[in-house]
Amino acid sequence: MRDFLTIKGLSKNYANGFEALKTINLRVKETEILALLGPNGAGKTTLISTICGISKFTHGKITLAGHDIVLNYRAARKMIGMVPQELSLESFETVINTLRFSRGLFGKSPNDSYLEDLLEQLSLLDKRNSQIIELSGGMKRRVSIAKALSHEPRLLFLDEPTAGVDVELRKDMWLLVRRLRNKGVTVILTTHYIEEAEAIADRVGIIDKGQLLLVEEKGSLIQRLGQKQLIIELQAPLKDLPSILSDYDIVLGADRQSLIYTYNMRSGHSGINNILSNLTQSGIIFKDLQTKQSSLEDIFMSLVNEKVA
Amino acid sequence: MNYYGIKAIYKFEMTRFFRTLFQSFVSPVIATSLYFVVFGAAIGSRIQEIDNVSYGAFIVPGLIMLTVITQSISNSSFGIFFPKFVGTIYELLSAPVSFFEIVLGYVGAAATKSLFIGLVILSTSMLFVDFKILYPGMMILFLILTCLSFALLGFILGIWAKNFEQLQLVPLLIVTPMVFLGGSFYSISMLSSFWQTVSLFNPVVYLISGFRWCFFGVADVSIATSLCAVSGFMILCLAIIAWIFKSGWQLRT
Ligand SMILES: Nc1ncnc2c1ncn2[C@@H]1O[C@H](COP(=O)(O)OP(=O)(O)OP(=O)(O)O)[C@@H](O)[C@H]1O
Ligand SMILES: [Mg+2]
Repeated sequence: MRDFLTIKGLSKNYANGFEALKTINLRVKETEILALLGPNGAGKTTLISTICGISKFTHGKITLAGHDIVLNYRAARKMIGMVPQELSLESFETVINTLRFSRGLFGKSPNDSYLEDLLEQLSLLDKRNSQIIELSGGMKRRVSIAKALSHEPRLLFLDEPTAGVDVELRKDMWLLVRRLRNKGVTVILTTHYIEEAEAIADRVGIIDKGQLLLVEEKGSLIQRLGQKQLIIELQAPLKDLPSILSDYDIVLGADRQSLIYTYNMRSGHSGINNILSNLTQSGIIFKDLQTKQSSLEDIFMSLVNEKVA
Repeated sequence: MNYYGIKAIYKFEMTRFFRTLFQSFVSPVIATSLYFVVFGAAIGSRIQEIDNVSYGAFIVPGLIMLTVITQSISNSSFGIFFPKFVGTIYELLSAPVSFFEIVLGYVGAAATKSLFIGLVILSTSMLFVDFKILYPGMMILFLILTCLSFALLGFILGIWAKNFEQLQLVPLLIVTPMVFLGGSFYSISMLSSFWQTVSLFNPVVYLISGFRWCFFGVADVSIATSLCAVSGFMILCLAIIAWIFKSGWQLRT
């Protein structure tokens, strides 16, 4: 499939000199769902704002379906819908009027039946003529999504769509994202939660301190993240790894008084039970057990170190 | 051109106006009526005619200008400041609209509102004093130009302002004195020659003088000068706004 969104050498310094994005390169294919994962202040919102034209960038080039987002901003922006991280809506306007406004602003001819359809899908149809101020937080978030979809965009940005949202609505949101993709919409969303990325994304990008550390198929990333280590401390040092354990991914520690077993939590069964019973059978006595999980942080660190090296 | 975009902004702004229609009209109408009672009837009856126009009638164009200028500025500055304040500006900045289209929408709506109010005040004043408008076509043209220019100025103010205090301070400290000292209530020729010269640096003088000419055919400065002044002012404001959008000043981080 063709690249839909391409970002080349994008960097951004805020007015105070702070470098929020450092040479970002990214390609997104059409109808892909990409999750941007990263801690607070990583630069997720900045990246999205830059693509949408809300924020200016310092260097680089961004194109959408071949249109440069600066030189050909009209064509590019018509295709983009964006749900901001912070809800900002006109409190005293009615739901349907804010949608009409958004649709018109993006250059589309009025189409109330499309907008009502949209409200229906977001379970907001009965709130059609309510003022925004009368809605609950979750409803407002859905209005915000409806606004972003009001002009039938081909690329949708969701900046932390599920922050402060209950389980029910979160599931609805995921469903909506999949439905949109089936209709040909490309979705880029940001999140703090690896589970969320896992649940909906095709690919996951990890961003930290303004750097896009990696963009990977979801599966392989989850694999890395699910990696755990079991450290078995032994009563007495061993000369060699017992042959009975050779089937496992086990190495002898440097002190020869511990065994290190690497396994993946997501592969179903860990095999720990068997290992421990094998050890007991062979008369090897262990005095302590310890497990370590490779966290997002570890992956960040190893990626940063790889880059430095 | 994104016509739907312009229309969307214009309509959205006008809805706000219609939602608060009563407040929008009632305060300028009451204020103007008070001016007529105080200056027109109470004090005006003791003031002699100026250029063969009774004082009550003489102040009509000035009063309309006073209201139209303040309304244009406040409508338009609020119109663009508000989305900035509540955060909805993100949508405007990410939309496929050019600066010119945004300005057309916001400034057009603000100018429409103040034009309405200006006409309402004109009708109100007819209840208080007798007068005839010599050049009605020119009068409307002048009114529209004034509404547009000051709505443009208000737009700049709304983008510049960082808080509500600033939004109110500029009209209060700069515009109101300029309008009052611009000959709303007197003819510049009534001043000493020194103050007459000073007054010529006040752009509002040209507006009021030109507008009064449309009513009574008498003016402090020639109508051509007035038209040039208001057009020049409008172009200056447009140029500033064009620069604002190009540089992203106060709008894009
Ligand atoms: N207007 C601004 N001026 C200066 N620095 C800014 C500005 N906006 C954001 N930053 C800085 O840029 C960095 C990235 O911010 P950004 O909002 O993009 O992070 P984020 O990844 O979206 O974080 P979060 O998960 O908290 O939403 C932060 O260090 C932030 O302090
Ligand atoms: Mg953010």
